[in-house]
Amino acid sequence: MQNSVIQGTQPATKRISLTTNQKAFLLFLLILAVVLGLWEIGVRLGLFSQLMPTASATIVNFWSWISDPFFNYGPNDKGIGWHLLVSLRRVMIGFAIGSVIAIPLGILIGLSEVTSKAVDPFIQILKPVSPLAWLPLGLGLLKSSENTALFVIAITSIWPTLINTRFGVSNVDPSYLDVAKTLGASRWRTLFKVILPAAAPYIVSGLRISIGIAWLVIVAAEILVGGTGLGYFVWNEWNNLQISSIITAIIVIGLVGLILDRLFGLLQSWVAFGRRV
Amino acid sequence: MTSTAHLSIQNVSKIFPGQQDWMSKLQRRSSKDFVALENINLEIEPNTFVSIIGPSGCGKSTLLNIIAGLSEPTTGAVMMNGVLITKPGPDRGVVFQNYGLMPWMTVLENIRFAIETVNPKLPLSRQKTIAQEYIELVGLHGAERKHPHELSGGMRQRVGIARALAINPQILLMDEPFGALDALTRGFLQDEVERIWEQQRKTVVLITHSIEEALLLSDKIVMMTRGPAAQIAKILDVPFARPRHRETLDEHPAYHELKSEMELHLTKETRAVEEARIK
Ligand SMILES: Nc1ncnc2c1ncn2[C@@H]1O[C@H](COP(=O)(O)OP(=O)(O)O)[C@@H](O)[C@H]1O
Ligand SMILES: [Mg+2]
Repeated sequence: MQNSVIQGTQPATKRISLTTNQKAFLLFLLILAVVLGLWEIGVRLGLFSQLMPTASATIVNFWSWISDPFFNYGPNDKGIGWHLLVSLRRVMIGFAIGSVIAIPLGILIGLSEVTSKAVDPFIQILKPVSPLAWLPLGLGLLKSSENTALFVIAITSIWPTLINTRFGVSNVDPSYLDVAKTLGASRWRTLFKVILPAAAPYIVSGLRISIGIAWLVIVAAEILVGGTGLGYFVWNEWNNLQISSIITAIIVIGLVGLILDRLFGLLQSWVAFGRRV
Repeated sequence: MTSTAHLSIQNVSKIFPGQQDWMSKLQRRSSKDFVALENINLEIEPNTFVSIIGPSGCGKSTLLNIIAGLSEPTTGAVMMNGVLITKPGPDRGVVFQNYGLMPWMTVLENIRFAIETVNPKLPLSRQKTIAQEYIELVGLHGAERKHPHELSGGMRQRVGIARALAINPQILLMDEPFGALDALTRGFLQDEVERIWEQQRKTVVLITHSIEEALLLSDKIVMMTRGPAAQIAKILDVPFARPRHRETLDEHPAYHELKSEMELHLTKETRAVEEARIK
């Protein structure tokens, strides 16, 4: 009798015992299916513009790009993998230039209140400027479109890193500094062994924001600058009126952005040592 | 091989300047000068364990920071073995209330950082040996490679104590080192400090607000009055023989007398602080 009661309740508890993540994943699949379904039906009923492909056609097209990313049939007919590599390379170079400027400058102004206050107006005014406003300036300054793209990436990825580095350096827990002082540590030793490691989580979270922005900006810069890269790919496919390829590019851009963000997230937890930023 | 020192605090006063410029006045943020300490005179003999006890906010930390060299007295001077203290230095080891451990360093690295800072020319292997020695001393064997966030509060403060001792300072300064710990852990660490002190007998200045802690550990207890303008009310001698044990300490005839004298003083001063706040 008791046995049958237990058997009767077990399946019911099993169904509820899905973890939160499993439930979320099921819901995710459901939402995806609904969106794709509405899209498919909408196109078939003629609700959107003539250019809009069906969801099924887009998936087929997506797969054709993804399954053969590195073909090369001349300058205007390359696989999406090539464009992705070009964009990544530009972002990495521009981001590296920006960071190499931002981190030392951030340390410098974070250490000195006077410099910090003196430089602050420049930061405050330049920070909110749209990346695209830098493009013509870059073209005017540098003449080459390749360098202009790097210039725009560099200048837009400076600000979050600069601001975070300054904050991290100027807000080191005073007790760490007291420890260094009571031991009689030199300025350099205090800087490299105490201040920088203490500020590292802030610096990395600045880098993480910066790389996100750089990845946002590269597409726009490449649309304007042209030639190669994911931005150029998007623009080229628009000229071919290939909306399904554009959607493919959007998904690729999103996924790569996600991966970049996660990589910096890993770096962040790697320097945190139990601290939260 | 332990070194120790005589500490002489002479007419030390500390005034924290207020903000009285017109900008602060405009923002209604002006404040008067604050006299934290007034005319403190105290002689601390070598190899003595001295506790400072007083109502909270009276200026105990201020006094300890002046001895550590992290803060300057407004008037007066602190001399160590006859030499004026002007800045912090490794002749004084400091144990901080919030431990002050570097989160990115392991236990061993935290201690070795102190050793290397004080003695950069020491070979790495020697630094590690010394660090290991002090890790054993505070009973942290096995935790060498752990980072502070993996340790309990009590274990962190053991690291703090090991780091302060590892540079072989002449004086150990401790500012409420067990204040953030639960009662049981605090008891363990007090016993530990008593045990270590038996071995090393350094000059120690301990700030505490625990009467039992002061009685267990000290040779002398300095009772301070409430602030502002805090002063030394009375210095008590603690005559108990060492080594001391918390279980048998209260069997000493003077124990209860000393304890009630301190309780009376602290209650009186704390009540006065509260009354002053209400007015
Ligand atoms: N930097 C400072 N500026 C102004 N006032 C301070 C400063 N540091 C401490 N004080 C004041 O001095 C008094 C003594 O502080 P403190 O030494 O920390 O007390 P205790 O350690 O005995 O609790 C307090 O009233 C505190 O507000
Ligand atoms: Mg204090």
